[in-house]
Amino acid sequence: MESNLISIKEEELAMLLTDIKNKYGYNFKEYSETSLTRRINRIFIINRIPSYAELHYKVLNDTDFFGNFLEAVTVNVTEMFRDPLFYVALKEKVFPQLATYPFVRIWHAGCSTGEEIYSLAILLKEYGLLHKCLLYATDINQEVLEKAQKGIFPLSAMKTYSENYIKAGGTQQFSDYYTANYGHAKFDTELTKRMVFSSHNLATDQSFNEFNLVVCRNVLIYFKRSLQNTVLGLFRKSLAPLGYLALGSKESIRFSEHDKCFVEIDKKNKIWRMEKDVSEKQ
Amino acid sequence: MGKKYELVVIGGSAGSFHVILQLVSQLSEGFDLPVLIITHRSRGKDYQFINILNEKTSLTVKEAEEKELILSGYIYVCPPDYHLLIEKDKTLSLDYSEKVNHSRPSIDVTFECVADIYKEKAIAILLSGANGDGAEGLHRIHKQGGVTIVQNPKNAEVPVMPQRALELFTADYIIEADEIGETFKKLNI
Repeated sequence: MESNLISIKEEELAMLLTDIKNKYGYNFKEYSETSLTRRINRIFIINRIPSYAELHYKVLNDTDFFGNFLEAVTVNVTEMFRDPLFYVALKEKVFPQLATYPFVRIWHAGCSTGEEIYSLAILLKEYGLLHKCLLYATDINQEVLEKAQKGIFPLSAMKTYSENYIKAGGTQQFSDYYTANYGHAKFDTELTKRMVFSSHNLATDQSFNEFNLVVCRNVLIYFKRSLQNTVLGLFRKSLAPLGYLALGSKESIRFSEHDKCFVEIDKKNKIWRMEKDVSEKQ
Repeated sequence: MGKKYELVVIGGSAGSFHVILQLVSQLSEGFDLPVLIITHRSRGKDYQFINILNEKTSLTVKEAEEKELILSGYIYVCPPDYHLLIEKDKTLSLDYSEKVNHSRPSIDVTFECVADIYKEKAIAILLSGANGDGAEGLHRIHKQGGVTIVQNPKNAEVPVMPQRALELFTADYIIEADEIGETFKKLNI
């Protein structure tokens, strides 16, 4: 059975990525190769594509298929209150500072289907901050953004999310935040009202605002070091003085040329604060 | 002209902890192959795993970090709840994609990388565990010419994992927990 599994070859991958870049403008050449290769090999199986030639043809000639391809090739696995201790750290070390501002802008870069931005909104609400926050949620992928905008998640996941919510320091009844219907949980529009959804490609797009907090978790791990550096530069441009940067639990800024601009606020939970005088402006 | 072997990778789940301890304590000073350890660890449990292993060996045991170059003298332990991948340039990568065989980290995922990158220079060991994760990956290492070592299911605490591998192919060595030192001697490492 295993011999039927198609594995994209190095030259084929290079060709595909070049053609995608030329046709659609998406540049995947700076993504970590092993993960990207695995995800493409997975697409062969899930979409029952018999050969590289067929994949190449469909990607370049069928824009609907390219949409699916884009969703499948990026990792969109997420859950609510993922790494609950991260949220505890945010509340203890970041929220009090955000509370001193009259208005707070937060950017969640790579928000996927939205579970983490709703988690953040819930905790901001409980802290009494949500009313003065605007949460910008971006992703490379339009399909997942549409899902995030709806705020509808499988009801079956709510039990785990509720446990995570409690570990993250949630103080209310988690089920108060959603209404259950036909196996789905729809989250309160009071939360969605504070969110702005937009597509944004971290590899190619520019900074579009200045934020007090940038959250980008388990996205950089899929990028080569050069792209990580570019993205951290983008975040630097996008942070207000003394703004906070929060990454995924196994990510770091250590090898980037930007690391000297940041002060570590929480080593374990990967939260940094940008030094006052070093924010990069246009 | 390179070394005959360049990497040791170990996969295990339930019942493998004490075997890994024994295995690591048999790695003498000067053991010059890097070691990767993938076990099914749950997120959220505070593990002393790495500290305990460090006490057993003079090699440095650490959690695998992304973009880190694989070097001899080190034993890299996959963090909980991430897949451990290897890039062509022999640096480590972490990945948070879907579980494979209901597992993250999945032993199959790492073993497949090892098979493709290290080929006949890989030595892979599969230990006690409750599911079949690792069996196909070990088979792939075998097909690429690597050395495959399986814990004897008869004496493994949970035999499913090694058993599944042995159903797929004939491993080079079937060993008890305390025989790894001897096996490594046979391989001249």
